[in-house]
Amino acid sequence: MRTVVEGVSKAYDHPKGPQTQALGRVDFAIEEGEFVALVGPSGCGKSTLLNIVAGLLAPSTGRVRFHGASLNGRPRTAVVFQDLALFPWRSVEGNVRYGLEELGVARRDRRRRAREWLALVGLEGFEAHYPHQLSGGMKQRAAIARALAVDPGLLLMDEPFSALDAQTRMDMQLELSRIYEATAKSVLYITHYIPEAVFLADRVIVLTGRPGVIREKVRVDLPRPREERIKVEPRYVEYLERIWGLVRGVGGAAEGTGS
Amino acid sequence: MSREGTVVRDKAGFLERRKDRRLGVLTVLVVLGLWEAVGRSGWVSPFFLPPLTQVLLSGWEMTRSGEVFSHLAASLWRIGSGFAAGAGLGVLLGVALGFSQKADDAIHPLVAATYPVPKIAVLPLLILWLGIGEASKVAVIGLGVFFPVAINARAGVRNVDPLLVKAALSLGSGRWGVVRKVILPASLPMIFAGLKLGVGIALLLVVTAEMIAAESGVGFLILSAADLMQTTRLLFGIMLLSGLGLFLSWLLGRVERKLIPWRG
Repeated sequence: MRTVVEGVSKAYDHPKGPQTQALGRVDFAIEEGEFVALVGPSGCGKSTLLNIVAGLLAPSTGRVRFHGASLNGRPRTAVVFQDLALFPWRSVEGNVRYGLEELGVARRDRRRRAREWLALVGLEGFEAHYPHQLSGGMKQRAAIARALAVDPGLLLMDEPFSALDAQTRMDMQLELSRIYEATAKSVLYITHYIPEAVFLADRVIVLTGRPGVIREKVRVDLPRPREERIKVEPRYVEYLERIWGLVRGVGGAAEGTGS
Repeated sequence: MSREGTVVRDKAGFLERRKDRRLGVLTVLVVLGLWEAVGRSGWVSPFFLPPLTQVLLSGWEMTRSGEVFSHLAASLWRIGSGFAAGAGLGVLLGVALGFSQKADDAIHPLVAATYPVPKIAVLPLLILWLGIGEASKVAVIGLGVFFPVAINARAGVRNVDPLLVKAALSLGSGRWGVVRKVILPASLPMIFAGLKLGVGIALLLVVTAEMIAAESGVGFLILSAADLMQTTRLLFGIMLLSGLGLFLSWLLGRVERKLIPWRG
């Protein structure tokens, strides 16, 4: 599935005083199977954009369109939220089954598929645990499994690892990279952490400060599978420096030169 | 070089809480023992405070004759049916108010205005409408339970984390799915807090209603014993109420652990 974001912007009205422009006009596309990371300073409207793509917020202008093969009732998008939003009253497996229930998958298949996804994210043996019994990284894995289980056309991730400690965060980046390479899903990944964006993405879209507009789209030509050692390669470091510069407002133009 | 030095001591140690159930039992036993001693000492007339053993003896006789059971059954039936009706309607209305802003705008002021009325004050009116029989007593208990349950259910629904609702929507839930699979379970802890308040109110109201107009029940037992100056029977009635209250909150605690297993 190809996702096209056309002229999307968002302004919030206030009963008194002027409205707040949270997001300027933004145009970009996410190709089938592409991993796109969206980076920008805090308050630039990254999460607003993700919510618009997820259909959880109406844009003030523009629209989001999906093209491509029918999904046979599967949702077009599924979100991994920053605060996870796991259902505390459901076990880990129950959380992963949730979307399958809503899709009308037969009971036995729900169980089997939930377990397959939990195995893929490395949560075997924790099916019956409740979210509050899990560590931060494990909750994160459960939330990813829950979103992937509905087999969405586009996986949306809103700073999913920002609450993790550095070590777990690195582990989860590798894990996500592995899952992405295994499933070939289209992903829109939001972060303000540039090394993560470069490590994970095929393309990094850099937003300016509020109200965010696209400063630059940078194609990341690093080999897959991505492994930890690419973090010491000169090309990786060059990407980091270039994107750092773009986020700080050095170089690049409002119109992208990348792709 | 001295090997002693200064050893670090745990300054926060006194904050640790260790649960000791034996102390609570001991306190109860001491109070009961004092009661027995004072009752037997002759300092106070047995008319005011008969010793514990005499109260228990009279309780035993009432148990053997089956009198206790008929009073307990009458009170329990009233509590049960009043609680079920009040809690059921309370949950329904509370959830509706929590969910629909229109319904809330229309009905919440009425709830807020009637909530502070002590429900027992309405009993005479209920007797006038429903007669002196069971219906008026069940109705007053239902009314008493209804308010805290409705108010808590409303608050529970309104305080559901919007992120959980978004998560459900993003996973393909429709409106009804969100209500049934997110809003209801998420507000269950608050609803239960309302039910717990309701149990206390039900106990209070059943006794009061039985003292005002009844031929059976623990409240009736206590008042009629007082009328006949049978202090032993009166005190046993009060002990029955303590037991009844403990039993009901134990029961509710069990149901809560069953229904809300995710809370630690």
